[in-house]
Amino acid sequence: MFDNPELMKAIFGRLSLEALPLHEPILVATFIAVAIGGVAMVGALTYFKLWGYLWKEWFTSIDHKRIGIMYIVLGLVMLLRGFADAIMMRAQQVMAFNGSEGYLNAHHYDQIFTAHGVIMIFFVAMPLVTGLMNYVVPLQIGARDVAFPFLNNFSFWMTTAGAALVMASLFIGEFARTGWLAYPPLSNIAYSPDVGVDYYIWSLQVAGVGTLLSGVNLIATIVKMRAPGMTLMKMPVFTWTALCTNVLIVAAFPVLTGVLALLSLDRYAGTNFFTSDFGGNAMMYVNLIWIWGHPEVYILILPAFGIFSEVVSTFCGKRLFGYTSMVYATVVITILSYLVWLHHFFTMGSGASVNSFFGITTMIISIPTGAKMFNWLFTMYRGRIRFEVPMMWTVAFMLTFVVGGMTGVLLAVPPADFVLHNSLFLIAHFHNVIIGGVVFGMFAGITYWFPKAFGFKLDPFWGKMSFWFWVIGFWFAFMPLYVLGLMGVTRRLRVFDDPSLQIWFIIAALGAVMIAVGIACFLIQIAVSIKNREKLRDWTGDPWNGRTLEWSTSSPPPVYNFAFTPVIHDNDAWWDMKKRGYERPADGFKAIHMPSNTSAGIILAGISALVAFALIWQIWWLAIVGFVGLIGTAIGHTFNYHRSFDIPREQVVETERARTQLLQTARA
Amino acid sequence: MKLFRNIALLPLLALLGGCNAIVLNPAGDVAIQQRDLVIISTVLMLFIIIPVMALTVFFAWRYRQSNKSAPYDPDWDHSTHLELVIWAAPLLIIICLGAITWMATHLLDPFRPLGRTAPGQAVTREVKPLKVEVVALDWKWLFIYPDYGIATVNQMAAPVDQPIHFRISASSVMNAFYVPALAGMIYAMPGMQTQLHAVINKPGDFKGFSANYSGDGFSKMRFDFLARDDADFAKWVSDIKANGGNLGRTEYLELEKPSEGVAVRKYASVDPQLFHRVVNLCVQPGKMCMHEMAAIDAKGGLGLAGVNLVQSIEYDKSARRGSAPILAKAYVASVCTTDAPMGADMADVQVTPVSSTPLLGAGLPRPAATFQSFAPRPSNS
Repeated sequence: MFDNPELMKAIFGRLSLEALPLHEPILVATFIAVAIGGVAMVGALTYFKLWGYLWKEWFTSIDHKRIGIMYIVLGLVMLLRGFADAIMMRAQQVMAFNGSEGYLNAHHYDQIFTAHGVIMIFFVAMPLVTGLMNYVVPLQIGARDVAFPFLNNFSFWMTTAGAALVMASLFIGEFARTGWLAYPPLSNIAYSPDVGVDYYIWSLQVAGVGTLLSGVNLIATIVKMRAPGMTLMKMPVFTWTALCTNVLIVAAFPVLTGVLALLSLDRYAGTNFFTSDFGGNAMMYVNLIWIWGHPEVYILILPAFGIFSEVVSTFCGKRLFGYTSMVYATVVITILSYLVWLHHFFTMGSGASVNSFFGITTMIISIPTGAKMFNWLFTMYRGRIRFEVPMMWTVAFMLTFVVGGMTGVLLAVPPADFVLHNSLFLIAHFHNVIIGGVVFGMFAGITYWFPKAFGFKLDPFWGKMSFWFWVIGFWFAFMPLYVLGLMGVTRRLRVFDDPSLQIWFIIAALGAVMIAVGIACFLIQIAVSIKNREKLRDWTGDPWNGRTLEWSTSSPPPVYNFAFTPVIHDNDAWWDMKKRGYERPADGFKAIHMPSNTSAGIILAGISALVAFALIWQIWWLAIVGFVGLIGTAIGHTFNYHRSFDIPREQVVETERARTQLLQTARA
Repeated sequence: MKLFRNIALLPLLALLGGCNAIVLNPAGDVAIQQRDLVIISTVLMLFIIIPVMALTVFFAWRYRQSNKSAPYDPDWDHSTHLELVIWAAPLLIIICLGAITWMATHLLDPFRPLGRTAPGQAVTREVKPLKVEVVALDWKWLFIYPDYGIATVNQMAAPVDQPIHFRISASSVMNAFYVPALAGMIYAMPGMQTQLHAVINKPGDFKGFSANYSGDGFSKMRFDFLARDDADFAKWVSDIKANGGNLGRTEYLELEKPSEGVAVRKYASVDPQLFHRVVNLCVQPGKMCMHEMAAIDAKGGLGLAGVNLVQSIEYDKSARRGSAPILAKAYVASVCTTDAPMGADMADVQVTPVSSTPLLGAGLPRPAATFQSFAPRPSNS
């Protein structure tokens, strides 16, 4: 049977033992490490009998708080992978001088920079952003869950399935060698016949379903489920940015799905959308992918802006300056982000009028962004600034992000872009805004809301260590890249012939090592905080003297978030309640109707990953069986009538009574 | 503006004194104007960036919690005057920058013939630009000088102070043609032609490269750009005329196969139609050119009969890039015209079938034997 190639192909498609990268010692070592770690983890989970707990309480949970936390865990795990890629690139670029080829061949190096980009955007930044929105938004608007709790669980597992596919490509086959946006013709079947681009396509398609559905979910939640009295102009700024981000997701991600579908038709069915001949044109792909890609960067940065707004007003003990203009700035950015995509390829040869149009629209975005910056600034003015870790991240963001914004506007001038496009200057610019904006924002948000999620603060010492290593490391890692860009060094190079460049790469690599220490400090911070949790415990539910509704409930909040839906009179709702001497209701509780956990999400996502895997390796029978199974499971799930249950009144009374007692003890 | 620029340059130059920041210190008039734009825009933005950064630090320090002497105003959250300023200040800067952008983008449009070769040196009607046709190959650069009938690989020369008109295309995937000392980059795309007008003002040896990732050999896709005075340029041309080989369509098909770190090659003669055929994807003998197909389609196409013209071969050189195609590609063979009743191209070119054995980049191992099912199998029929 094994010597019948036709049969083997029918059963295994393109998959064969040769797909295992046994000839790559780096990958073999990685695999062994991952395998040992995996076995140890599975062993520990089994030994401590945690499987049932994980399955019942987390994997099948439809509680937005648990799903939010799982998203963030996913983002942090993938951060380690994406960062390992970054370190490998930095090491290669330090070594590959004076005739040295470095330690990575082109085949491996090209996968690394592609995977780095894909992972950092889709599987680090997106899960972190979505996770925080998931956790915080329902609490901020006084809701008990999101609008579609099951969909939320399904979205999370689809994102995870996409991440799992990317990880699988490390050990089975290979990943794309095309750069993170996989421009054709290079990504077309003629030049990338291997499975790499298929892994890229299907992991993004699977994860894209999750992102899109979670966007729909959060829009519905924000639009329909706000507590009474919370008009749009009384929503917390983070919820506003979450709303805008999800509008962007819903409007932009279908374009990505569409363009990747066209690319897969080119690759699988022999169509000619993006080929060079038969009327195909790769420029269409470049346009379409950026019509998604530019809104995507605002999808990431807007929630970060929201976090900074919350943090700055909380830690300055002051109302946010210019709430209205902040909201309008967010909305203007949302709309304008659709009118600038062409600035990613001025050098493709559009006419001068087209290029200047897109250059100027890009600059216009800097006006509302600048206004936001001033709003944060004037929130600090006449405040009482407590420099806790989230506030430190915010100040670092303000100082870092403006530099990235400046270089961004510079790149929006087409003739300037002609000399800087695709150079390391560009790389420095977008890391400047993504690390300085999104990553700093995520760390601010995680530190800020961690006590809400777990009932104890994160250890401030290790938080500050992490902060300083990250911030200083960032400046060391990316300022040399600005210089290198001005020296005419382009991106994605594997070897260099000008020895005078090496020193800058060495500085950049040192910066990357400092960031690695920063990440390590963050992990230590979590471990130390768990160990010292009793010392860091917060009984009040409001450890920072917060302003918005999430701080009015206990930490961690009860499953149902709020026993009574609060009524809102001010955009700093909790601040307003505290000011007016809010008293916790002591009786009148009712049974609370809540959705039930379901395993449908994880099963559907698992089958989706299987179908995607079958499509990648062209195991057609498995793809067909899997697809039928997918539809069947989805239909089967509709017959599940155990969708919800009531938390009995006694339990609510008991939970609330315990909390009231705790608050009294804490106060005494 | 000039003084302004020089002042602005000082700190940058001091910062970059130790390294050769070619983008800030180029040798061609176009690149110099682009450099000026980089600096002017940066300075304009610093008007707002520096105060913001300074205020951030100042406010962070002044309103720290431990400073009880600073005023505290927890409910102050609105000031119409301040709002006007914070929206107007960036707006004004962007209006300036937008105006500069509009003018500069049109002035420095790479497709626009040069108006000057240096400040005050207008280009007169009599000046003929040097024509250079550039093809980005896997992974090297081909330069064709149609006026001289010569071609080179990975090296080009140009006389100083003479406008150069580049026509740029690619053989397989997207690249970007970039000589930082000369002018900004422009994409090189298969089946399409972009243009660049530029001039080099100082003699010297500069570097050019691809600025858009194009596959395994991308890192070494570099070439020398030699700026020479007229006499030296004439000598460079005559040397090639005397010693170079011939670059016809067959040689081109051999040349375009993937290879890395290729040494300079020189051709004393070149098929005058070569670039035209590269752009129209019809270097391969017997293949219809894209523009012919477009012309037929514009007239309504050939109807069902046209189907018979479609032959199946692989386009796109996939086999030669180290992989066999999964789907056989179809293409249209040449059509008969009154000039060439037997089909345009078949008569004069000897047809040498191109080998479809996988080719490797120089010194590179075969990219993974992983996908053995794709390796071309010897036919057993």
